[in-house]
Amino acid sequence: MLYQREALDSPQWWQGLDEMIEREREANPDSWQTALIPVLHYVQDCFGYVPAKAINHVAQALGVPASYVCGVASFYSYFSLEPRGAYTISVCQGTACFVRGSQSVLDEVCRQLDVKPGETTPDMLFTVSDSARCLGACGQAPVMMIDDDVHANVQPNEVQDILAGYIAEARREMQAREELIEIDARAQHE
Amino acid sequence: MTATEMLQQLTENAQPHLALQPERPQLLVGIATCANAAGAKKTWARLAETLDAAGLTDDVDLIQVGCVGRCSLEPLVEVRMPGEPPRMYTEVDERRAEIIVRQDIEAGQPIPTWLIDEGERLGEPARPVADVAPGEINVFTRDWRHVDFFARQLRIALRNVGRIDPESIDDYLAIGGYAALAKVLDEMSGDDVVTAITESKLRGRGGAGFPTGLKWKFTRAEEADTKYMICNADEGDPGAFMDRSTLEGDPHSVLEAMVIGGFAIGAGQGYIYVRAEYPLAIKRLRRAIDQARERDILGDSVLGTGFSFDIDLRLGAGAFVCGEETALIASIEGKRGMPRPRPPYPSVSGLWGKPTCINNVETLASIPAIILNGAEWFADIGTEGSTGTKVFALAGNVNNTGLIEVPMGVTLREIIFDLGGGVPEGRKFKAAQTGGPSGGCLSAAYLDTPIDYDSLREAGAIMGSGGLIVMDDTSCMVDIAKFFLTFTQDESCGRCTPCREGTKRMLEILERITTGKGEERDFERLQRLCDATTRASLCGLGQTAANPVLSTLRHFREEYEAHIVDHCCPAHVCKSLLHYEVDAERCVGCGLCKRVCPVHCIVGEPREAHTITREVCTACGACYEACKFDAIIRS
Repeated sequence: MLYQREALDSPQWWQGLDEMIEREREANPDSWQTALIPVLHYVQDCFGYVPAKAINHVAQALGVPASYVCGVASFYSYFSLEPRGAYTISVCQGTACFVRGSQSVLDEVCRQLDVKPGETTPDMLFTVSDSARCLGACGQAPVMMIDDDVHANVQPNEVQDILAGYIAEARREMQAREELIEIDARAQHE
Repeated sequence: MTATEMLQQLTENAQPHLALQPERPQLLVGIATCANAAGAKKTWARLAETLDAAGLTDDVDLIQVGCVGRCSLEPLVEVRMPGEPPRMYTEVDERRAEIIVRQDIEAGQPIPTWLIDEGERLGEPARPVADVAPGEINVFTRDWRHVDFFARQLRIALRNVGRIDPESIDDYLAIGGYAALAKVLDEMSGDDVVTAITESKLRGRGGAGFPTGLKWKFTRAEEADTKYMICNADEGDPGAFMDRSTLEGDPHSVLEAMVIGGFAIGAGQGYIYVRAEYPLAIKRLRRAIDQARERDILGDSVLGTGFSFDIDLRLGAGAFVCGEETALIASIEGKRGMPRPRPPYPSVSGLWGKPTCINNVETLASIPAIILNGAEWFADIGTEGSTGTKVFALAGNVNNTGLIEVPMGVTLREIIFDLGGGVPEGRKFKAAQTGGPSGGCLSAAYLDTPIDYDSLREAGAIMGSGGLIVMDDTSCMVDIAKFFLTFTQDESCGRCTPCREGTKRMLEILERITTGKGEERDFERLQRLCDATTRASLCGLGQTAANPVLSTLRHFREEYEAHIVDHCCPAHVCKSLLHYEVDAERCVGCGLCKRVCPVHCIVGEPREAHTITREVCTACGACYEACKFDAIIRS
């Protein structure tokens, strides 16, 4: 998924976040801190990471120190404090997948993309997760998840083709987006 | 109006997708995470397309159901023709989907070779299903289930999974859903419910096996203005997926049980804490909650009785330790998910300091059946100390991977060889790992041990959440112990020293052993570290972290000795202990190994024997796999 990082500078987006926090607050007036993790989920899903700006903003809105928010965000592996690539690749490291050879799949992914687990490719297209926990599709081991797509019974020699599909998809999306921006620019010009 | 009457009204107005006696052809496609991985969505699309092209869209129902648990044969499509026994097609890709519609549905000629009866590689004749009273909820009544894999099971927690459309509350109502809740609201007091659950001797399916009735009793006995009911769906054990399957296939039975639990303990609010890694389960839960609210099954007046109960979802964020109850509570409160010392137990002081009852998904899913069929019925199943059934996620090196539910007390042999179909490719069974990172590995000597909470603990493993990973002789047990320690060390929250440091030091020792640098004294060091970590850790994660090491030390000590004394890995797994050489006699100089070698350490002229440069070789084994002439020797 290509993230909408340009929204980082959009006042509307931050207003939307404030409204969400307000809603969560109203739902749990006595224990509004419970809103923190749902809000972090929202931020993570929008940007693919939790930017420092969002940490400060959320801390202020909830009335807790930024260090507290940062502490929570860094505790959970689902939240990333660094920008992630457009696609997150998780090669399941659960027992069933491990027994069926997921390590060689992970090795192959890293070799193809020339990164180590936990790193992002320089073109910001792929992040290879280093903490892929059991994805719960043990019957199809070894499995690899790219964003929400689950690939079953992955063999190392299939990795290249699978990745190629996502690269092509990303190209198409980027092109479409550039065209949109161009159309917008032209419309404004006219 | 009583709750039963209101439920009756809801059921009458329901428009279920599924009919138990269909009047027109129905096609049921299993849509769940595992099935989607195998391509079920494409199968669905092709079925819809072909039905449309054949002009059958209005005459045939295409319905999604949960996963019936026969993972390695996914995608599965069930065909139900009026007046015929239903049949189950296996491995239905797009091509098969089209042919099934054209040949079976349109032309009325089923394709026997693709049916599950054929797909079962058990080698034993199928048995007829035992006679059951119509409408009895605990037993499968569908005919394809005469195949051994299903006939040997007894499904209570999974009773509806694969039988109903999980996104339709009407389907759930049509097969008798929420009847247990109506019965509780109309006929029972909170004490009655607690007594029933206590008498059923149901034990928590999340891992520790604490009696559920006792937990409810303690929470009920507390006096407080607010209490909470929590469903623990933070299924983190690698190799376990029964909770995901239940939530994806039958979310309403969990909701129903939570309302019953809320009524019994006196709670007005429930939370389901579910892993963020399960997007489909989250989607279906959200939908189920909305549907239940619309029909007044959740809300201010549950089924018109004035009892108020509502449920909210809370998503996990990738921390294994949050499966521990006090850590889970901290996470819902918006804190770092770290456990705290108990007592006080959550039943006294839990979420926001209020009495809280936390139950696992599978535990909850069994409860409506217990209420309807009675505590005695449930207590009669299984063994004396462990009643009822247990769901096992069968995975690893076994032919029939999948989800099975069997009475407590069956043997490992029955599960792995009769249901699981044994180890593939004629390899030898080596070990079964139960209970995930808190559990242990059992050797072939334990194949005939009846499985229940107590016998597993005696054998050095635990029931855990029910993940059952089968390993053949290609698995190195030291490597497996290292694998689990890597997991627990990484997931240790760092709060208490024994767990934080103990797992780290144990892992270091195991890493030394697997790289051939182990010492004799490491046995003693490991043993001491295991004892300290087990006895001094704060929560279950640390207290059980040593189990994989202890159990492999106990049952597979000779493998440790091989690594430490002989510097070899009998299973050929630990790369630092492997050497690859070219057998000059056999090598024909085809150059294939040279091409696949990732570090270019193989040299040689075409048609002449090649050689491997030891110093550069990373022992990845690519040449060994690639060679067509068996000319690479592994030692």
